[in-house]
Amino acid sequence: MLSKSKIFFKGTAAVLPHMLSVIPFGIITGAIGVELGFDPILVYATSLIIFGGASQIIFMQLLSGGASTLVAITSVGVINSRHLLYGAVLSEYLEKLSFIKKLFISYFIVDQGFAESNKYIKQNKNLPNPHYYILGTGVTLWLCWQLSTISGIILGSFIPEELGLKFAIPLTFLALIVNDLRKLDHVFVMLVSGFASLILFDTPFKSYIILSPIVALIAAFIMLRLKK
Amino acid sequence: MSWFSILISGIVTYFSRMAMVALIDREMLGAKVKEVLNYVPAAVFPAIIFPGVFFNDFGSLVQITDPKIYGAIIALVVGFFSKNVIATIFSGLLSYWFIIFIILK
Repeated sequence: MLSKSKIFFKGTAAVLPHMLSVIPFGIITGAIGVELGFDPILVYATSLIIFGGASQIIFMQLLSGGASTLVAITSVGVINSRHLLYGAVLSEYLEKLSFIKKLFISYFIVDQGFAESNKYIKQNKNLPNPHYYILGTGVTLWLCWQLSTISGIILGSFIPEELGLKFAIPLTFLALIVNDLRKLDHVFVMLVSGFASLILFDTPFKSYIILSPIVALIAAFIMLRLKK
Repeated sequence: MSWFSILISGIVTYFSRMAMVALIDREMLGAKVKEVLNYVPAAVFPAIIFPGVFFNDFGSLVQITDPKIYGAIIALVVGFFSKNVIATIFSGLLSYWFIIFIILK
């Protein structure tokens, strides 16, 4: 049987490749906040308190552009609402934990951590203490995110823009779904989501980020109905 | 940007992480819902991938010959055959760099 720390570090190892996008993205987030003229302490506070890459950048950009606090907060809420879906999936593995532990682990639920944990736990159904794996992914991503935003705040955006590392973001997300590319039903749902996001891209508050998954999940629901 | 706005945004975000884990009893979710939840990764991530590949920084569609599209196709093919996270990311990034630094220079 695997020890708790072994499971934790398996989670850590699983998210390491994603650092290729997480670290530059964190640096950019910190640097943008300072460039927009915000107090460095407040910029860092977004990483600690909000802890959600894209939403932090949008939040700061909106506020510096003169948007109301309500609009900025709404955007953060809309962009981050996708975590509701991650939570619904992960709750299966966290069911037996105490309420306090659930509250603690929830803070560390992030895109890449969710996807890697879900993949691993599904393949290893008898894994004892699967929450250590989830924590391993989440804590690692959290730590790298904190350190990289801090370095962006202090050093500015020191990664040359010509490298186009922004492109690493769609690539890491692509890497999260390669396991399902052989399953036609999953590919169908992916295509619905992808095309929906292109059509809905201009919706207010960046709501395409949650509207496209909803459209895709409805399509999945209909597909399952028709299959029966 | 005030402490207040950050704090409220943080609470809203934390709630989105915590609600389904700590507040919802799984018994409340029907069998159909659980089945649909299998598709969450397939439903969420393309909505981040597609705009990242097909839109530029100004929010308009890129040309069909954009290096990002070639990079994404190569990453997709490598990912399909290797099922490997590192191979997918690196193949996409390296082919993208090859195009912008060697072919287009």
